[in-house]
Amino acid sequence: MIRVIVKRLLVGVLVMWGAASLIFLIVRVAPGDPATILLGPDADPAQIAELTTRLGLDQPKLTQYVHFLADVARFDFGESYRLGRPAMSEVLTRLPATAELMLTSTAIAVVFGVTLGLLAGARPGRMVDRVVSASTIALQSFPTFWVGIMLILVFALWLGVLPSADAGTPAHLVLPAVTLALPFTATVARLTRTSVAETMREPYIQTARSKGLTEPQVLLGHALRNSLIPVVTIVGLHMGGLMGGAVIVENVFAWPGLGSLIVDAVAGRDYEVVQAATFLIAGIVMLFNLVADLLYSRLDPRIKLDTVS
Amino acid sequence: MSDMLELVGLVVDLPGPGGAVRVVDGVSFDIPPATTVGLIGESGSGKTMTANAIIGLLPDGATTGGALCWRGDDLLRVDRRRRRRVRGREIAMIFQDPLAALNPTQTIARQVGEILRRDGLDRDEVRRRVVDLLDRAGIPEPARRLNNYPHEFSGGMRQRAMIALALAGNPALLLADEPTTALDVTVQARILRLLRTIQESEGLAMLLVSHDLRVVAHVAHQVVVMYAGRVAERGPTATVLRRPAHPYTRALVDSVPAIRTRTALAHPLPGTPATPANRPAGCAFHPRCPLARERCRTEQPAVRSVAPDHWTACHFAEEIADRV
Repeated sequence: MIRVIVKRLLVGVLVMWGAASLIFLIVRVAPGDPATILLGPDADPAQIAELTTRLGLDQPKLTQYVHFLADVARFDFGESYRLGRPAMSEVLTRLPATAELMLTSTAIAVVFGVTLGLLAGARPGRMVDRVVSASTIALQSFPTFWVGIMLILVFALWLGVLPSADAGTPAHLVLPAVTLALPFTATVARLTRTSVAETMREPYIQTARSKGLTEPQVLLGHALRNSLIPVVTIVGLHMGGLMGGAVIVENVFAWPGLGSLIVDAVAGRDYEVVQAATFLIAGIVMLFNLVADLLYSRLDPRIKLDTVS
Repeated sequence: MSDMLELVGLVVDLPGPGGAVRVVDGVSFDIPPATTVGLIGESGSGKTMTANAIIGLLPDGATTGGALCWRGDDLLRVDRRRRRRVRGREIAMIFQDPLAALNPTQTIARQVGEILRRDGLDRDEVRRRVVDLLDRAGIPEPARRLNNYPHEFSGGMRQRAMIALALAGNPALLLADEPTTALDVTVQARILRLLRTIQESEGLAMLLVSHDLRVVAHVAHQVVVMYAGRVAERGPTATVLRRPAHPYTRALVDSVPAIRTRTALAHPLPGTPATPANRPAGCAFHPRCPLARERCRTEQPAVRSVAPDHWTACHFAEEIADRV
């Protein structure tokens, strides 16, 4: 087990090298000379030349790449010109708020998604199933920013029960977490439903019934765990995708996390911050995938980790 | 309150695309205590549906008729709670494919001991009994195999675990649906011998569902032959196999290849089996029957006695013996 984890982490280092290289490439392919953009239209050529030298942009691309990788290895992404602080430390101070939002959303999505999926998948075609299937399609179709604004309208403006912006108390967490969780819940519910319905057709479910178990005992004791195997994988992958949703949700609710930092950084051409944040997110996504794989083999004893990678 | 299961005109209808299909059509026979009854027929003859109806695990939408008399109740009419309590504890079932029939994510011990655990026995007692059950099912060193998963067992061992699982609830009647079909030939004989030993030593009643005459011949005291959802013939195994009173049984016996002689090639059954959805009028077997005549095409034969305990559903059973 330990050996497999170490092996996977070593592979992860390679993945991170690839991610760093992509980040390097994309920033340099983006149109416009960074020094000119940074200094604005009023800068004189001397200033631009000075900044170009300071940023090392006058050196050959390969040299720049080697320097960039060396910096990345030291977790040094340079200094944000806007904030006047090291880019990575700025990113890291924003990380906890985003993590709080993501983990809460994931918890909501897993608890409600699995419950709804289980109820629907136990009896495909029945009333519960049709209600769940229809409502999850609706939830998946609404754009996140619209849902966020509607929730603010109803719960913050009309009912006045929840704050619409900022962070600090658990009440502040509710609306952004729910907004982020809704489409995720729908995905988990639909996937669980399909998986449970499929599992309930397996011969070992008949065996369980032949022992005189009640239908809830069959469902929870024999179908649930086996149905969750594909769900775990998707949750792991989707948590990475949650970052994309977080960017929008954090801006709608003025949540002081990574998402709003990235949007500000992109708008302000703060490349150092964009690079640091992108690199960190890539690392987080990789870790989630590793955890999903480990859980996968815990759920299904037939799966040996060595063959998964 | 007899421990004899009596099927009285059992009917099972399954929903189909063109309306309900009668897959079991008025089947009657008994399974006396401490007796093995072989239920034989081709695929589509309704033999598995008959077993599923007995344990009460028919597909969604199935409807039943007739009666299943067991310990003073008609199992088709008792409430759901009583029906569920019968499963596993009074009537247990062994399935065809033991790998598919065992839960891949639970250990053997957990699955075999589930009934005991749910009955509230403490952990040590459950463990002790599971070891004993696995031992009775012929699994060597059972204490060391408790935490194995089904995929870590061989095919024969899985079916032994399945048998242990079925015995866990201490049933009086065991239904075995093609228990050896998914196994290697060399393992089949051992599993059959085990089933016979267990049936005899525990005094169980057993219904052995099979398409294979040889399997039934080795284990069953009585045979019920089914064709297209109906009983064709039933009686003591030796009598039915030696002096069949139905042309279909006769053809089945003739279609078994004799292994010791090179000359006696098997005579395969002509024609294709009738299916319940496409059952011929009159006697369902008449399109394939060498004795068929006009009466067989129009009149469905009643099941009648040709000798004590020997029943047939053929108008002209008396002519079969002459046609050897």
